[in-house]
This record gives sequence, C-alpha cells and structure tokens, in this order.
Amino acid sequence: MSDEDREVDGKPDQPTPLRGPDEGVPPHPEGKRPSVAADITALATGLKTTLGEFFSPAVTLEYPEDKSPRSERYRGRHYLRRYENGLERCIGCELCAAACPVGCILVIAAENTDENRVSPGERYAKTYEINMLRCIFCGYCEDACPVQAIVLGPEYELSDTSREKFIYTKEKLLEPLPPDVQARLDSKGPK
Amino acid sequence: MTEVVVVTLIKTAIILFALLTAFAYLTLFERVVQARLQARLGPNRVGPFGLLQPAADGVKLLFKETSGPATRDRFLYLAAPVLSLAVAFTAFTIVPVSGPTDLVVLGHRISWYVTNTNVGVLFYFALTSLGVYGIFLAGYASNSKYSLLGGLRSSAQMISYEMSLGLSLVPVFIVAGSFRLVDIVNAQRTWWFALPLLPAFIIYMIAGIAETNRAPFDLPEADTELVAGYHTEYGGMKFALFFMAEYINMVIVSSIATVMFLGGWWGPFGILPGPWWFLLKVVAVLFVYVWLRATLPRLRYDRLMQLGWKSLLPLSLAMMMATAVVVVAVQR
Repeated sequence: MSDEDREVDGKPDQPTPLRGPDEGVPPHPEGKRPSVAADITALATGLKTTLGEFFSPAVTLEYPEDKSPRSERYRGRHYLRRYENGLERCIGCELCAAACPVGCILVIAAENTDENRVSPGERYAKTYEINMLRCIFCGYCEDACPVQAIVLGPEYELSDTSREKFIYTKEKLLEPLPPDVQARLDSKGPK
Repeated sequence: MTEVVVVTLIKTAIILFALLTAFAYLTLFERVVQARLQARLGPNRVGPFGLLQPAADGVKLLFKETSGPATRDRFLYLAAPVLSLAVAFTAFTIVPVSGPTDLVVLGHRISWYVTNTNVGVLFYFALTSLGVYGIFLAGYASNSKYSLLGGLRSSAQMISYEMSLGLSLVPVFIVAGSFRLVDIVNAQRTWWFALPLLPAFIIYMIAGIAETNRAPFDLPEADTELVAGYHTEYGGMKFALFFMAEYINMVIVSSIATVMFLGGWWGPFGILPGPWWFLLKVVAVLFVYVWLRATLPRLRYDRLMQLGWKSLLPLSLAMMMATAVVVVAVQR
C-alpha cells in the first residue's frame, strides 16, 4: 500500500487531550492483578537483595594499590628494543611513522659507520620521538616494524605535568622492557 | 535557680555538640553503609577507615564562595536555612537519653533530658511543623523555578504526612497514658511498644521518612527533575545548614521512634548502661533509613499523595480506634 492509497483522517489536527497518570497503561492480565501482599513481597525481595550485598565482599578495586589485571597484549606506552649484543633494533626505515594514523612518530635516520655502529643495518634512527598526547595506542607501529624494534608495553598511567614531557625521546623509549613484555615477544618465536 | 539555668545551658551545649558530631558521622555512616549495600566500599581515604572524611567535607564547604541568585529575597534567603536548623536542634531537647535514675555528678542530680514537659510529644509535632517553613521559604526566597517547585512539593508532602505521623503516635499515648516521653519509656519496661503496636510503628516509620524528605520520598530534592529542589540556589555553608537540618531531623525521628516504640534506654538483661542501648537503637533505625534509600526507587508524586492520604491516614485512624477499644476492654 503506497502513501497515496492510505486513508487520510478527515478531521483537522486536534491537540492531544490530557491523559490521566494511568491512562494507556495496559490492564493487568487476569489473575495477575497487583495486591498488597505482592507489593510487600516485592519490597521484601528488594531489601533482601541489598542486605545480601551488605554481607558479601565489595567488588571495588582500591585502584592505586590494587590494579585490574591486564591482557598480555595490552597496548600501553611504547618501548624501543635492543638486540642482545646491545645494538638498537631500529633501522630508521620510518615505516612506523608512515603507518601511524595520527602522525605522532618522528624518525630522523642517519647512516651507520664502522666508527659509530648503532644498529646492525645500514641506517639507524638518530632521532626517534613519539608525541604521547597524540598517540591513540592503536599498535600499528608495532605491526609495521620489520625488525620488531618498537613494541607497546603495559604501562597506562602516563599522566604528567607539562606538554613537553609527553614528547617521549629515544632515551626514554630505549628503557629496558618489562619482563612480561619480553616474555610475550619470546613466545612469538624468533624473528 | 541558678543551678537549673547552668545545668540546662551545659546540657544544651552538649546536645549541640553531640548533634553536630552525629550529623558529621551520619553522613559518613550513610555513605559507607549505602556503599556496602551496593557492593562498594565507600569513602576510606581520608584518615583511618575514612573517619576524617566529614572534616574534609566541612573544610571544603567552608571555603566555598558564597553566591546566590541576584533576584533573591535577601533576608528570607538567609533566614530559611537558619530556621530549618534551629528547629531541628530544638526538637532534641525533649528526648530522654537514659534513665530512670538521674546522673549524679559532684553531688548534683542531673536528669538525662533537657526538658520533660507535660506536652512532650506535642512539642515535637509543633517543631516538625515549623520545619516546613524553612524549606518552603528557601524555595520562595531563591526566586528560581526549581527551588519553588521543590519547596511546594516539600510543604505539600510534609503537611500530608504529618497527619499520619501524629496519629500513628496516638496509640502509644493511649497505652502509656501520658504525653511525657519519660513516662512512655518507663511504660515499656517489660514490652516494647513496637511489638503490640507494630502497625503504628510501621506507619510512624513511613511517615517519618516522608517527613524528613528522605528516599524513597525525597521528591522535594529529586535531583533528576528539580536539580536539587529547594536548596538548588544554596551553596557552601548555607547549603550545609540545610544538609545538617535534614540529617539531624533523621536523628530526631529515629530517637522519637526509639523512645516511643523501641523501649528507649531499656535493654534486655541489663547488660549495657542506658545511653548505650539508646544509641544502639537509634543507629539501628538509621540503618533502616539508609537501607531503604539504597533499595527503593523514588515514588511518583501522585502515588506519594495517594499513599499518604488514602492508605496511611485511614490506617493510622483505624489503629488508633482499635487500640482505644482494646485498652478500654482490658480495663473493664
């Protein structure tokens, strides 16, 4: 049935009459009319429920002392990794910066020389900065990295007192990995 | 004569101090108990077990900027919270905290109440009726639609429930044969009135909760519709005065319930001194207050009026007549 076929009500628009509080409420099905006894039972059930909670342990985690468990794949702050011989993994390819949806990674690469060998490849990252205020913790940088140099660790309490402190420099990112992140990477197998 | 004046002044000072402390810790009690009823922990950061939380709240309120609507009625705007609180404090003077023997301090016999007037409970009714003025004047003087609606709701509600509140206590007078609170407590030596007069006790509790504008009858300050009702336009210590009045009224309704129905200072086996029994019973009634608040949703306004006028009022009248008939029949 199209709109034109629909029968139009001939009456002009009238304001809806005011309705009483219980008007339009469907009548109770037979045998289920509310009674005083049912109401009191309902009250008692409610009071019993809350009193039951009173005597059961609270679900609250006292946050600064207790923290909720995080997945081992949790994406928190970033780390730059090193090889076991101390060389940096990052080869300055800037694929992480290219993959970043918000453009918060700045990589300036430089050539490795025999006198100054920082990473095993041809180049290394002279500057590696992440603007943590922009970062959305999507983990694309970790996915994009061909040498698994950048990983996201478990820390999420990153608040600080000035905007400048949120530009994480290479020195800060090169801090040693927390052991659980190391375990996760090791479980992936060698690469 | 001077001794009476000095003793009364000291007792009044003690009551002021005790009620203010009770208010402070009642806020904490309510927050912690309500939290536990909802499987939370409640405030536990300020001091050991959060015991200094009321002090922190008080300091915060003291340092708030004083402000109010430009169109307010300046005198009434200030007078309303003061009136509310003064009425709340005054009502406690008739409550006997312990007995039946007086306290003996340095050879002076000191009674456990400030006054023991022969109109006793009628004095309490008079004061609760005055309490409406504080709330209504706050709603009027703020010159704000939310405050005015809150004030209107509150006066309608308090007037409606005062009838049942008063009538629910009449069976107690009939059985005890006195208006004096001390006599009423003494009449409960063997049986608390809550047992034979259970319906009256329940009606008193419902009406008392409505009278103090507490959940589930907290329509005057319904946050969702009226922002905060009559005290929307109040801040800082002026708000705190209303807050104090509300909580002290809770303490008073609980105290009157203890005195009228729960046997006041009498406890089984005489294992605790009188004041402790009194305190214990008041805290138990206050727990019920919080328990109901944590459990029940707010009543719709027309249902509230329906409950007050169509259920509680006839029930309390019937209870009154039934008690009278039984008492007369027993005496014959």
